[in-house]
Amino acid sequence: MVQFIFYLFATVLIFAAVRVITVKNPVHAALHLVLAFFSMAAIWLLLEAEFLAIALVLVYVGAVMVLFLFVVMMLDINVATVSEGFTRYLSSGFLVGLLILLEMVAVVGSHHFGLKAMPAPTPMAADAVVNTVLLGNVLYTEYVYPFELAAIILLVAMVAAIALVMRPKRWSKYVKPEDQVVVKAQDRLTMVKMTAEKES
Amino acid sequence: MLALSDFLVLAAVLFCISVVGIFINRKNLIVLLMCIELMLLAVNLNFVAFSHFSGNIAGQVFVFFILTVAAAEAAIGLAILVVLFRNKRNINVEQLDALKG
Repeated sequence: MVQFIFYLFATVLIFAAVRVITVKNPVHAALHLVLAFFSMAAIWLLLEAEFLAIALVLVYVGAVMVLFLFVVMMLDINVATVSEGFTRYLSSGFLVGLLILLEMVAVVGSHHFGLKAMPAPTPMAADAVVNTVLLGNVLYTEYVYPFELAAIILLVAMVAAIALVMRPKRWSKYVKPEDQVVVKAQDRLTMVKMTAEKES
Repeated sequence: MLALSDFLVLAAVLFCISVVGIFINRKNLIVLLMCIELMLLAVNLNFVAFSHFSGNIAGQVFVFFILTVAAAEAAIGLAILVVLFRNKRNINVEQLDALKG
């Protein structure tokens, strides 16, 4: 049963990944990427990593992919021009990918990481400590410093993303420093020769 | 019974699909970003599988951090994409030659 679920979700995952790289329309690619993330979350559930599976669905499917879809739909992309050269590199890309796959399977295949080399752990008992508790126990004690760093990375990314796309408002008055430093006294002050006027 | 190699081979297949995707979609920056996300997902599957089979939770902590960094990377990458599209009106990689590299 577990094997059937694994192969079902693995097939869906590979199908979705192939569709991501072959469809012409970026919106379809983003939607297939959502399907790939969802199948991967199911496979992580089989590996007893519940917290990460739920986090993958919530963070990736819920936030990152919505951001992708938002950008794809906001930009007016000419599909015909960006997808040209597709078949030109298909054969060489396929060849390189197949070679990488063969080499990787030779390393990580069942010869080195099969059931004999790495026996499957016993399934978790129903009353065992759940994965989220285990993860939280190490995340807030042993890995608390990297955890804070991750928070800072997210903050920096947020500030950078906002600073990149923000345009200054046209109605607000602000000083351009680069214009301010090059200004000379003659630009601002004009000396006028005129006769003296007497108050009557 | 599922072996560790099953998960590792699945991750390898996913990784190779995204490598091929980078090869054949070299004009489209958005699909390139999606391929990078797929690659990170394949690496995360490796981490989770090893963590499960060796009974060590540290691999899952690492996946947590990779997810964080990948989210930050996607946000900044898409922001750069928006700025690029605003300035050049397209996202063709071939026309990004302003640096004359």
